[in-house]
Amino acid sequence: MKLSLGPLLYYWPKQTVEAFYQQALTSEADTIYLGETVCSKRRELKPRDWISLAKALNGQGKEVVLSSMALLEAPSEVKVLKQLCENGELSVEANDVGAIQLLSEQKVPFVCGPAINCYNASVLKMFVNKGMQRWVMPVELSRDWLTKTVSDCEDLGIRSQFEIEVFSHGFIPLAYSARCFTARSENKAKDDCELCCIKYPQGRATTTQEEQQVFVLNGIQTQSGYCYNLINDISSMKGLVDLARISPSDQQAFSILKQYREAINVGIEPIKLESKECNGFWHKIAGLETQY
Amino acid sequence: MELLCPAGSLPALKTAIDYGADAVYIGLKDDTNARHFAGLNFNDKKLTKGAQYVHDHNKHLHVAINTFAHPGGEKRWQNAVDKCVDLGANAAIIADIATLEYAANKHPNLDLHLSVQASATNTATIDFYKQNFNVKRVVLPRVLSIHQVKQLSRNTDMPLEVFAFGSLCIMAEGRCYLSSYFTGESPNTVGACSPAKYVRWTETKNGLESRLNDILIDRYQKNEKAGYPTLCKGKFNVDNNLYHALEEPTSLNTLSMVPDLMKANICSVKIEGRQRSPAYVEQITKVWRQAIDSYKANPDQYQVKEEWDRVLANVSEGSQTTLGAYHREWQ
Repeated sequence: MKLSLGPLLYYWPKQTVEAFYQQALTSEADTIYLGETVCSKRRELKPRDWISLAKALNGQGKEVVLSSMALLEAPSEVKVLKQLCENGELSVEANDVGAIQLLSEQKVPFVCGPAINCYNASVLKMFVNKGMQRWVMPVELSRDWLTKTVSDCEDLGIRSQFEIEVFSHGFIPLAYSARCFTARSENKAKDDCELCCIKYPQGRATTTQEEQQVFVLNGIQTQSGYCYNLINDISSMKGLVDLARISPSDQQAFSILKQYREAINVGIEPIKLESKECNGFWHKIAGLETQY
Repeated sequence: MELLCPAGSLPALKTAIDYGADAVYIGLKDDTNARHFAGLNFNDKKLTKGAQYVHDHNKHLHVAINTFAHPGGEKRWQNAVDKCVDLGANAAIIADIATLEYAANKHPNLDLHLSVQASATNTATIDFYKQNFNVKRVVLPRVLSIHQVKQLSRNTDMPLEVFAFGSLCIMAEGRCYLSSYFTGESPNTVGACSPAKYVRWTETKNGLESRLNDILIDRYQKNEKAGYPTLCKGKFNVDNNLYHALEEPTSLNTLSMVPDLMKANICSVKIEGRQRSPAYVEQITKVWRQAIDSYKANPDQYQVKEEWDRVLANVSEGSQTTLGAYHREWQ
C-alpha cells in the first residue's frame, strides 16, 4: 500500500507553500497532489505557478498529480481547468465531472477525485474507459461499501485497471457552496472578501453552543469539525486499498505520513484516538463518531 | 417557461395540476429518490392514478430517480427507470451515471433530465452528460448567481431548469456529506438530509433545544420561532461569536427574478417541497401561475404583488425568503 499527500486545502502564502512542497519531496509520500481545489480567487499561486511547481517536483522520486477545482461556476474557471488538463506532462485529479470531460477529450489519464459522485462499479467502468487510472472514494463511503464495489468491479473485469485511494487522515471536505463562510464569519461579502482566508491557515473552527467542534470553515468549503484518522484501520485496508491519503493541515502531515508508513510496513499497536478525531465513515456509522 | 411543482402524494399532485402547474415531479416509495421520507411518495397504485390524472389534464409528469445506486442494488434504480417508462412519464430526473447509462441504453425514447444532485454547474459538465447520455435538460444547482446562470445559458444549447422557490439548499447539491457526517445518512446514500428519526426536541432551562443525532443544532427562547433542525441552518460559534454560521432558516424566493429568468431562456422553474402538504402546493402553485401569466401578458409592467410575497412568506422556513446565490450579495 502506498501513501499520498492530498492537495493543500487552505490558503497559505506562496513561500510557505513552496517550502512545504520542498519538504514533501523528502517525506514518506509516494504521491503528491497539488493545486487549488477550493477557490479561484486565491492567487498566491496562480494556475501557471501551480503547474510549474508541479513540474519542478516531478521526476524527483515522487508521482506528482495536479488537482483541479471542485466547484466550477464561471467560464474563467473552466479555462483554468483546460490549462491544467493541457499541461502535457502530469496526470490530473478531476474533482468535477467537467474535468473528466476535458481530460477524456485530451486523452490525458486522470484520477477521479473525492468530490465526484462515483458510487458504484458501473460508473467506475465508464470512467476507466475514459482514462481513469485511480479512484479516490467519496469520503462518506465505508469499508463495507468499498468491498461490495470492488467485488462488482471484479465481476465486470475492471478491478485491475485502476487503483483505489481512501481519504485517511485530515479534516474532511464535506460540502461546497456558492457562499464563502470564512468571509461571512468576518461579516464580509464574497466579492469583498479581501482573501481573508489567508489569516486562517487551518480554517476556522466552528462549535455548537455546547462547545462541540462540528465544522471547520475553509472558504466555500465546509470541513469536518473532527480530524479523520484511519491509523487503526490500515490492516483492514490491506489488499483492498492501494493508497491512503493524508490531507495536510500543517507540517505535522510529514510525521503522520511516517506513522502511517510504520503501520503499513510493520504494523502498530492500536492508538487511542484523541477526542477531536473520528473514523466513523469507514466503519459505516456517522462520520464524526469513533469505532475501535 | 414551464411551472414545475412538487408532489409528495396523490392529493398534492392533483392540487398542483388543478391550480395551474404545467408539470409535476414525483418519487417512488423507496430510496431511489432524495425525499425518501415515511408517509411520502407513490406506491404502484398511486403511481398509476397520479400518471392518469396528469395525462388526463394534458400536463407533464417527471419522475425523480435522483440518488446513487448502491453496489449490489443497481437493479432497484433500473426498476425505477422501467417503471417510469411504463407509466408514460414525460421525463426521468436522474443523478447517477450508472442509472443514466442504463436509461439511455434501454429506453432511448425516454427524456432524461439531469438532476440537481449531479451538480452540473458548467459547460464542460453539461457536455459530458449530453454526449454520453443524450440528456435533454439540466437542473442547475443553487450555487450560481443570476449572472452565471445567464452566462451558462448563452454558452450552451442545453435547456436549463432552475429552482425558483422553496427550502434553500446552500451547498452544491449531491456533493454535500454534512448529513452523513452527523448521522451516517445522506441525500446521496439514503435519500434524506438531516433525517427525522435523528431529530430530538427538548425543553430545558436554557430554552427549547433541537438536536440531530444528539448534536445541538439550535436553542430557542419563548419568543423565537423554532424550525426543523436541518444541520446547515443551526446556530454555531465561530471564535465566541454565535450566529447562523452557514445559513439562516430561510426559503428561496425568486418571484422578483421572473423577467431575468425568462430573458435567460430558462425552460422551467422548479418549486421545491415534495415533503410539504397539499395546502403548501396550492399556495405556491397559485402564486407562481399568476406571476408567470402576469409577466407573459405584459412583460414591461411585471411587478411582484404584495399579496404574492405575503402568501409565500407564510409557507417559508422561518417566514423569511432570500434570493440565495442568485444574488451576489448573499454569497
